[in-house]
Amino acid sequence: MTSHILSWIIFTPLLGAFAVLFVPKSATSAIKWIALATTGVVTALTGYALTLFQPAQAGFQMVERASWIPQFGVQYLLGTDGISFPMVFLTAIISLVACLASFPHVRVKGGREKEYYFLYLLLETGMMGTFLALDLFLFYVLWEIVLVPMYFLIGIWGGPRREYAAIKFFLYTLAGSLFMLLGILGVYFAAAPHTFDMTQLVGMPRGLLFQQIVFMAFFLGFAIKVPIFPFHTWLPDAHVEAPTPISVILAGVLLKMGTYGFFRFSYPLFPEAAHWFQPAMAVLAVVGIIYGGFVALAQTDFKKMVAYSSVSHMGFVLLGLAALNANGFRGAMLQMFTHGTITGGLFLLVGILYDRAHSRDLNDFGGLGAKMPAYAGFLTFFALASLGLPGLSGFISEFLALLGSYQYSKVATGLSTVGIILAAAYLLYMVQRVLLGKLNPKWASLTDISPREVLTLVPLMVLILGIGLYPRIILDYMVPTLDTLLKTIKV
Amino acid sequence: MNAVESLKYFVPELVLLGGAFAAFTLDFFLKQKKLVGEFALLVIVLALCLAQAPAKPLHLFFGMFELDTFAHFFRYLALGAVGVTLLISLGYSPLKDRYDGEFYGLFLFMAFALITVAAANHLLMIFISIEFVSLLSYLLVGFLKNDPKSKEAAIKYLLFGSVCSAVMLYGMSLLYGVAGSLELPAIGNALFYAPFKPLAAAAVLFFFVGLGFKISMAPFHMWAPDVYEGAPTPVTAFLTVAPKALGFAVLTRVLDMIFLHFYGVWSPVLVVLSILTMTIGNITAVSQSNIKRFLAYSSIAQAGYILMGLAVFTLLGRGAILIYLFAYLLTNLGAFAVVLFVGGETGSDSLDAYAGLSQRSPAAAAMLAVFLLSLAGLPPLAGFIGKYYVFAAAIQANFIMLTVVAAINSVIAAYYYFRIIRLMYLTPPAGPAFASPSRSLAIALWALFLGVLAMGIFPGFFITRILG
Repeated sequence: MTSHILSWIIFTPLLGAFAVLFVPKSATSAIKWIALATTGVVTALTGYALTLFQPAQAGFQMVERASWIPQFGVQYLLGTDGISFPMVFLTAIISLVACLASFPHVRVKGGREKEYYFLYLLLETGMMGTFLALDLFLFYVLWEIVLVPMYFLIGIWGGPRREYAAIKFFLYTLAGSLFMLLGILGVYFAAAPHTFDMTQLVGMPRGLLFQQIVFMAFFLGFAIKVPIFPFHTWLPDAHVEAPTPISVILAGVLLKMGTYGFFRFSYPLFPEAAHWFQPAMAVLAVVGIIYGGFVALAQTDFKKMVAYSSVSHMGFVLLGLAALNANGFRGAMLQMFTHGTITGGLFLLVGILYDRAHSRDLNDFGGLGAKMPAYAGFLTFFALASLGLPGLSGFISEFLALLGSYQYSKVATGLSTVGIILAAAYLLYMVQRVLLGKLNPKWASLTDISPREVLTLVPLMVLILGIGLYPRIILDYMVPTLDTLLKTIKV
Repeated sequence: MNAVESLKYFVPELVLLGGAFAAFTLDFFLKQKKLVGEFALLVIVLALCLAQAPAKPLHLFFGMFELDTFAHFFRYLALGAVGVTLLISLGYSPLKDRYDGEFYGLFLFMAFALITVAAANHLLMIFISIEFVSLLSYLLVGFLKNDPKSKEAAIKYLLFGSVCSAVMLYGMSLLYGVAGSLELPAIGNALFYAPFKPLAAAAVLFFFVGLGFKISMAPFHMWAPDVYEGAPTPVTAFLTVAPKALGFAVLTRVLDMIFLHFYGVWSPVLVVLSILTMTIGNITAVSQSNIKRFLAYSSIAQAGYILMGLAVFTLLGRGAILIYLFAYLLTNLGAFAVVLFVGGETGSDSLDAYAGLSQRSPAAAAMLAVFLLSLAGLPPLAGFIGKYYVFAAAIQANFIMLTVVAAINSVIAAYYYFRIIRLMYLTPPAGPAFASPSRSLAIALWALFLGVLAMGIFPGFFITRILG
């Protein structure tokens, strides 16, 4: 098992999914527990892999290699390093937490637990595989596998405009990924010998024009997923309509697949193009940060506000990437992790409130702090984490990203700090509207947060606080790989 | 090789011919017509077992019939398509107790005709075998003779087909005028040494008309939606797959043997036709409300993707045609098998019949979803491998514009395939649960479903079998 630990991490959810298929439709609690147990086992396997992981070593670890399609030299090639491992860990935690959060949700939306958990576990296989695949073909296959379950999860269990949101999400991402496929094929045929193997492709020389074209093709695939400014319009729809646990997954993991793609593929494969596009990336980052912040400020829908805050926060990842230096990369990588935990938590909190009140209208609430004191505490914690309070993880990652970008462009950094002020504004304004003020009598009967819900939030809080106080617990895993990456792409 | 020597390599085809006549004879004596269908299936299986890959290309019947690995692949493809069609027709109710004995017999002739199309190496042979396939198709389309739609479809098909065949025949006459021979290699040689470029260009265009009709290539696709809608569902399933595959086979052979050094002339034409075909197919499919018309337009669009391989015509491109055709065969027959099942249960081919299918028949809905996803080209399914191959071939040969258009088309296609998936999963059911399908239909469905999955997950195995 030790030698195939990554395969186990990817395919355990699939095994769980098939187990769910063989349980009768009516045995809903059995289905739930199988799903929870599966995500639990995956988390345990990830924890076990953590003990095997050598933080100081920069290259790929726990590599598994087998021939898959010999005609094209496609391999079943898995491996992990300081870039992918934190993402795998994040995926495991978020999947576990969101699975727990799914329990009451599916019932409310008309049941169909069997389909829900089957698709949910299939989704986890796709996500894990996306982060672990080192063969471009395999990566593409797993990347696409994520789309289909997501379509159904939004489309069947989502809100009133779910069908529109689901197909919009699907078509946007599919369009992006098809261009990525063309890019992948371009890389394949340009390589001598033809290969999809990332370990061989890195460092092969490529012409600047070729790099620019293929970088753009990959960019479309990743930018739509992140989403970067002009490609973000699917995100508010998908987030607002998706059921709570799926919003958590979407924000916590799926958005990171895009930025992960930059780290893993775009930058090491096209270093000259990365430098060439550096100003454009920085501009897009700044636009995303400020635009997302302003739009979030204007929202009255709680969930939509959090969705737009994602656009703003993911801008910091892009800013760190655009900086092309050690601090920027560390900040970006750390922001991917912390945004996953913080925004995942915020979406859970939105869901908790919505389950009780069936409303997300911020202006409708007020004074809930007195009515639901524990909830108020959690919400304040996550809001403060999101606005970058020192001592919590959001501060560290955004600070590092800004530190990196300062070395590249003072103007971009200065403009980006506006995003932090905006974050404070929209989050505190939200806290004010939900928790403070006079209690709307409509909500007099709301109950406080339940132990199960607390259980979904606590793991995320531990990570937020832990990283905020001592960031090295996670940075030590990332830094050697990131430094090597920088060396690879220095022109 | 003379006729007598050739016979021993011709056993599967002889079995098919004998089987067809035997089926017609049995039809006189058997009350239980289903037995004729089962006999026909047996004949197909027997032919499949007897079909052996030739060690080297064989020129049977004085070079009329070229048995090479290419023809051998289409032999399997034709037999497979006919076999599955027979399997799904066994439970098809509109056929029952009338003429279904003949129906099965005609399909055995069809299998024979299709194989001769793929192996024909002589213009006369090509023409005769294509006409053979066409005539059988007209008969099968109009088989439900009391159904006005079926009759209309048959007449339309006949008229359109005759015109296109005539045009192709004119192209052949031009080639004969140039080369003084009807054998493909001889014509190829004649054109190589004395290149009559305008004549060859005209001839190749005439071929595109005649065969473009078969593969439903725009602008010769107009017949397809009406014919596919009017024909009995098993026949539609068959027509969207087998004649199309064989049309591609003949085109590949003709382009390869005669027009290879006029590549610069016909390749741009095919690029334009490919773009036109996929775009027209996809855009028109979006607004359809009848599942058979819907799949008809989708199959036009799919032909457009396959044409990419033909336009590229590198080694990879020609391989892509075969891989795509095989994946498409599995997927489209599968989709039609579900259509047949739903049509039998609800008596309707309207898209509304699919509302809430996931609750009325979870297995059928899941299978149709997989078939549609495969048609949309999503991994890890058979359709993705086909699409990957044509994209790879086009990128390798630097047909960047073509692939970008194809990628955009794939997104449009995904949109309308998901219309059906949305109906099945996101809409409440319109009626009670379905009974389970008949045994023969269930076998066909499972075989195709597993085939689509297997080809997507273990493509290496299939590619080795198909391309050698």
